Amino acid sequence: MPAGMLGIEELDRAEIEAILARAKHFQPIQDQSLKKLDTLRGKMIVNLFFEASTRTRTSFEIAAKRLGADAISIAASGSSVSKGESLVDTLNTLAAMRPNAIVMRHSASGAPHFLARHLAMPIINAGDGTHEHPTQALLDARTILDRRPTLEGLRVAIIGDIAHSRVARSNVYLLSKFGAEIVLCGPASLLPPQLAQMAPGVTLTNDIREALLGTDVIMMLRVQLERQHEAAFPTAEYFQFYGLRLEHLALAKPDAIVMHPGPINRGRELSSEVADSQRSVILNQVENGVAVRMAVLERVIG
Amino acid sequence: MPQLLIKNGHVIDPASATDTQADVLIQDGYIAAVGAVRAPAAEVLDASGLIVAPGFIDMHVHLREPGFEHAETIETGARAAAAGGFTSICSMPNTLPVNDNATVTSYIIERARKLAATNVFPIGAITKNSAGEELSAIGSMKAAGVVAISDDGRPVMNARVMRRAMEFARSFDLPVIDHCEDLHLSAGGDMHEGYESVRLGLHGIPASSEDVMVARDILLAETTGARFHVAHISTRNAMAMVAYAKQRGLPITCEATPHHFSLTDSQMVPYDSNFKMKPPLRSACDTGAVVEGIVSGAVDAIATDHAPHPGSEKMQEFEKCPFGIIGLETALGLALEHLVHTGKITLARLVALFTTGPARVLHLDRGTLAEGAPADVTIFSTDLRWTYDVNQSFSKSRNSPFDGHAFRGGPVATIVNGAVVWQRE
Repeated sequence: MPAGMLGIEELDRAEIEAILARAKHFQPIQDQSLKKLDTLRGKMIVNLFFEASTRTRTSFEIAAKRLGADAISIAASGSSVSKGESLVDTLNTLAAMRPNAIVMRHSASGAPHFLARHLAMPIINAGDGTHEHPTQALLDARTILDRRPTLEGLRVAIIGDIAHSRVARSNVYLLSKFGAEIVLCGPASLLPPQLAQMAPGVTLTNDIREALLGTDVIMMLRVQLERQHEAAFPTAEYFQFYGLRLEHLALAKPDAIVMHPGPINRGRELSSEVADSQRSVILNQVENGVAVRMAVLERVIG
Repeated sequence: MPQLLIKNGHVIDPASATDTQADVLIQDGYIAAVGAVRAPAAEVLDASGLIVAPGFIDMHVHLREPGFEHAETIETGARAAAAGGFTSICSMPNTLPVNDNATVTSYIIERARKLAATNVFPIGAITKNSAGEELSAIGSMKAAGVVAISDDGRPVMNARVMRRAMEFARSFDLPVIDHCEDLHLSAGGDMHEGYESVRLGLHGIPASSEDVMVARDILLAETTGARFHVAHISTRNAMAMVAYAKQRGLPITCEATPHHFSLTDSQMVPYDSNFKMKPPLRSACDTGAVVEGIVSGAVDAIATDHAPHPGSEKMQEFEKCPFGIIGLETALGLALEHLVHTGKITLARLVALFTTGPARVLHLDRGTLAEGAPADVTIFSTDLRWTYDVNQSFSKSRNSPFDGHAFRGGPVATIVNGAVVWQRE
C-alpha cells in the first residue's frame, strides 16, 4: 500500500516532528524572490477537489510548484464527477494517467480512506467531510511552534462547531500526541460527550469563559451551517454565546494567540476587532500552509 | 413413493422436546417417522455426527423481486437460503411495486413456486406503497398468503396510522412487524451514534431512534391487542422494554440478527460499507443486551435481514452507500460461534430460535419434525471447519462483512418438502 497521508490519528510523534521541522526549513523560501526548488522535479500531483476550497487548493498547488513538481487542479463541478461518474471510476481514470500523488478534498468522511483501499496510489487527504484535515493541524502546530518552544503543557481552547469539524479532530489528535491540554467548547448540540474519549488531555465545556481561562491558544472554528442536518443551535444566538470578542481575551494568558482555519465569518465566530488584532495569527497560518504542504508532499512523494 | 431416510443423526426437535440419536423417515414430502427406522428406504442420507433439525425459518429476508432483480431474485435468494440451511424464508414487501396488494402477493408466491428452492412466505406492506399514510389491502393479502405485515425500511411514522394498522391486522390475526426507527432522530445518520461515529466523523443513528419506536409500538399493541413483533432488535433499552412487555403477558415478540449479536460498532472496518446497515452495529453494551435477550428467552427468533445490494452501490463514499448486508449463508455459523460455542445457549435453544420461534410468531405449520408435518429438515454440523467466500455465494450480491471468516460448524444439507435442495460439497 503506497503511503499517502490520510489523517493525524495514525501518525506518530516522530513523523509529525519531522514534517514540522522540514516545514520550518521551507519557511524562509517563501520570502526569497526565487522561490522554486527542484526536489520534486518531473513529479506530477493532481489536486482533486470535490468540495469548494480556495486556500487549501491554492496552497497545495503552490507547494507543489515550489518543489518543482507539476500540479494540476480539478474541481468536481465541470468534471466527469458532475456527469454521474462514480468516485472510484474517477480516481481509477486519474490513476491511469500515473500522477505521483492525488491530493483530495471530499465532503464525505472517509472518502480518501475508502479509495486508498482500492487504489495503488498515494492519497493525501486535504479534508474529508467531518473527519480529518491533517495538513491544517500540521500548519496550526507549525504556527504555534513559531511562537512557543513546545506544545507540551500548552492549554489550547478549540471553540465552535466541534461536532462537524475536521479541523478540530485533526488538531485534537496532534495536540494530544504532544501533551497539550485541550479544551473543546461549544453548545451541547455541537459538542458530543464522546469527544472527551478521543485522546488524552481533552476536556469539554459549554461555557466559552471557562474555555478561555488561562489559555495559550484560542482556535475558533468556522460555523459550518452547511454541515448541519438541522438547526442544532439558533444561529442568531451563536455570536452572543460562542463568538470571540475583544473582552474575552482578558481571560486568556496575556500572550495568547487567536487562530482560525478560515475563511472567517466576521461577526459570527469572532468579531472584526479580534480578527484584526495583534493576537490574531490567522494570516501566519495561511502562510505556513505552503511550507507545511511542501513538507508533506516531499515526505509522500520525495 | 419417494422416500428418504436420514440415518444416525442427532435429532433436535424443540417442538416435541426431542434431543436424541434417531433416524428420520420422509415419505411423499412429509415426516413419516422419527426414531429407530429399520425398514429399508429408497434413498438414505447418512447423518452420523450431524444434527438433524426441523427446517430453519428466516422471517426477515429481502428478495428484491419484483423490481430490483439486479440485486437478487426469488430464485437466487432462495438458493442462498438453502445453502444457509433455511427451508422457509419470509420476503419483505419493499419491492417495486411494493407488495401492498394481493396481485403482488400472488405474483411472488407463483414465482417462488416455480423457481425457489425453499418455501417463500411473503410479508405484506402495512400501508400503500409503504408511504405510511393509507392502509394497504391487508385482508386480501392475507387471503392471498401473506403471513405478516410490515413497512420494513420505511417505518410508519404516524402513530395513528400504526394504531389503525394494528387494529386491522388483529381482525385478520396477522402479526405487525415494525422496523423500529424514528426517522427524524436517525435522519442523515450512517452508523451508530457513539464514540466511533464521533471519531470517524460520520453522522450518528442514536439508539434512542429505535427505543422510542419500540416504546410507541408496545403501547399501541397494548391498546389494540395486536400481535406486535420488533424486527432486528439492537439496543439495550429496546431489549429491556420487550422483556418487560412479555413479563406483563403482552403478545410482543422480537427477532435478532446474527450481525447484531456478533459485531459491535468498534469492530467495523472504517468506511467499509459492508458494515453499514440499519439498525447499525451498536455498542458492545447493546450487543451484550441482545445476547442476554437470546439467553433469557426475550428474543424469539434469529432472522438475517438479508439485504442484497450490488457492488456498484456498495462501492461508494460511505454516506452514499445503501444500508444492509447479505446474511443467509453465514447465519448458522455465526449463531454457533457466538451463542453455542461460547456456552451461552444450548443447541436445542439455538434450533428453537431458527424454527419454533419464528413459526410461533407467524403461526406457520413449520419448524417441527412431528409426524405428518411437511418434511423441511436442516442437517448441520457443529464442528465442520469452513471459510466463507462471498464470491462463491448463491446470492446475486456480495455485500457481506464476513467474507473470509473461518467458521466452526454450519449447514450440511437442506431438505424442503422432502427433497434435498442443497448439500455441502
